[in-house]
Amino acid sequence: MKPTFSALLGATGLCALSTGAFAETLTIATVNNGDMIRMQGLTADFNAKYPDIELEWVTLEENVLRQNVTTDIATQGGQYDVLTIGTYEVPIWGKQGWLASLNDLPAEWDIDDLLPAIRGGLTVDDNLYAAPFYGESSMVMYRTDLMAAAGLEMPEAPTWGFIRQAAEAMTDKDNEIYGICLRGKAGWGENMAFLTAMSNSFGARWFDMDWNPQFDGEAWATTLDFYLDLMNNFGPPGASNNGFNENLTLFQQGKCGMWIDATVAASFVTGADSTVADKVGFALAPDNGLGRRGNWLWAWSLAIPASTDSMDAAKAFVAWATSKEYTALVAANEGWANVPPGTRTSLYANPEYQAVPFAQMTLDSINSADPTNPTVDPVPYVGVQFVAIPEFQGIGTSVGQEFSAALAGQKSAADALAAAQTLTVQAMTDAGYIQ
Amino acid sequence: MARAVTTRRKTLTTLAAWGIALLIFFPILWMILTSFKTEQDAVLSPPVWFWFDWTTENYVTVMDRANYFRFFMNSVIIAIGSTALGLLIAIPAAWSMAFVPGAKTKDLLMWMLSTKMMPGVAVLVPIYLIFIKLKLLDTHFGLIIVIMLINLPIIIWMLYTYFKEIPGEILEAARMDGATLRSEILYVLLPMAIPGIASTVLLNIILAWNEAFWTITLTTVDAAPLTKFISSFSSPQGLFYAKLSAASTMAIAPILIMGWFSQKQLVRGLTFGAVK
Repeated sequence: MKPTFSALLGATGLCALSTGAFAETLTIATVNNGDMIRMQGLTADFNAKYPDIELEWVTLEENVLRQNVTTDIATQGGQYDVLTIGTYEVPIWGKQGWLASLNDLPAEWDIDDLLPAIRGGLTVDDNLYAAPFYGESSMVMYRTDLMAAAGLEMPEAPTWGFIRQAAEAMTDKDNEIYGICLRGKAGWGENMAFLTAMSNSFGARWFDMDWNPQFDGEAWATTLDFYLDLMNNFGPPGASNNGFNENLTLFQQGKCGMWIDATVAASFVTGADSTVADKVGFALAPDNGLGRRGNWLWAWSLAIPASTDSMDAAKAFVAWATSKEYTALVAANEGWANVPPGTRTSLYANPEYQAVPFAQMTLDSINSADPTNPTVDPVPYVGVQFVAIPEFQGIGTSVGQEFSAALAGQKSAADALAAAQTLTVQAMTDAGYIQ
Repeated sequence: MARAVTTRRKTLTTLAAWGIALLIFFPILWMILTSFKTEQDAVLSPPVWFWFDWTTENYVTVMDRANYFRFFMNSVIIAIGSTALGLLIAIPAAWSMAFVPGAKTKDLLMWMLSTKMMPGVAVLVPIYLIFIKLKLLDTHFGLIIVIMLINLPIIIWMLYTYFKEIPGEILEAARMDGATLRSEILYVLLPMAIPGIASTVLLNIILAWNEAFWTITLTTVDAAPLTKFISSFSSPQGLFYAKLSAASTMAIAPILIMGWFSQKQLVRGLTFGAVK
């Protein structure tokens, strides 16, 4: 008994000693994206620089993460010290005073190096409330071989008219090749991210300056009719169930002529898993000559709850993970094509990164999106593919369900728009935007 | 002739039973198969069934990226802890309802069951605030209490139904022989209700093991169980089905094995009383 007891005591002592090696523990909530997982793998570099800080990762599915961190921050729960949040949450939470300002990050972190469009989306009243980890817009990814076979050449900045013409020319349903693949799955971050950005280029908007919903206007009718015509004639079957991952699979298997989606998809469609990796070209998201393109702007960013007890350690981590040095570290370990894109001007000035085939188009796409002035007519909200108000998640998903039902053929475009108008008016009235 | 009919009927019944069993088991089988595919094979259309390059790479990746055994131990502690605490409260409650019912006992039973119909999210904020105040967030004790309360109506209902099957005269006889209330429950009632209690325990462990909403919301690291482990392998951008299947297979394996070994006891208990 005695030796056993001594061994247990020793083991307990060792455990206590090993725990005591870290003065502080940071709990970091993050999503399961390739870039985030890569960051977890490089934790050793942070530990070498900050041996007193231990990192605990909580990786969650995007919607679960959103629900968890929203509950925690709204109730001042203090479960997390660093949060991974999107461009939608930052302005809302920043205004509520739930996030710590990051204006005082060290000078060498170089706040002025951030891409203006991305920085603008994360700033409220001159306070930067989140440090961008990676940024994205949307663009056209297309099959160069199918385009050439159709006798067409993709312009760098195509119109929606050209996209329809090319989709028709590339469609070969007998061989399971569909001219265009677009999001159809219902959700504010799924089909409505695409359709809201698309509607901007058709002159539509969610609300007028008095917060009156605009689904009963001509611009939304034109947007939805065009989308349904495109998808019903040249899209894949069952498109109302397709989100990012489903379309990625179709494109990688060579079944899509064009795919308009997130710029981060470029590394997937040209990566080792793609059967068409060497036949992919890129172009800006389409427009209709109205001065707005159909591309969105998003950044997964690191923010710190104002209530954290580990503010200095959290800032040290955020500065490390979003620094130029971290980018160089990823490049040294995984190559330039795998560095987190879309956040810093210096990255796009780097000759080695310029050699990555989709680098310039990603930058041009990000720069062509303006979250503070997203539509042809003026609007009272911020956000390109979303409306940065707390009610938008619910309204956006409900409207997305109507449009997805129209794509599935369960209702007409007119009925879907009428239902969208009714439910949005009701929700905005209930929330007090409309008196 | 009669024998031929009987044989044919038996064959048809057996085939139908197998067909239904396979149909129910199919999603689990598909998940297990997917866990041995590459991410590319996992999303192939039309799907590949058995003739693909089998790989254990997903399991290696999953084990590499997360501390499975910590999640597993947390699941075990929460499932067993909530079940034990639930029994401690439910046995006396079910005894009193079964053997000394009052005028409102039936109403009370129905009210308890009705609490199961309320969606958890409706009480999320108050419970979260209580947990903050009592410093119960991310603790085993906090989760044991919540899961126990969620499943308590089912435990009481099941035990109540089993206890009702036992003749009250036997307990009376024990009392006549001088048994105290404690002895009556411990040495007379419980031994007779063992099959029912066993199935209640098994069912409650399964329910606690599978509970996702509260276990994901109220934990971060220290008390996070396997439901949180699974959630970390779904991705909004990129292929993840094979790795998610491997994580899910690892999460359900313990409960599947437990169910397999205790199926006789579980079926005997379930057909003994509650859901007869």
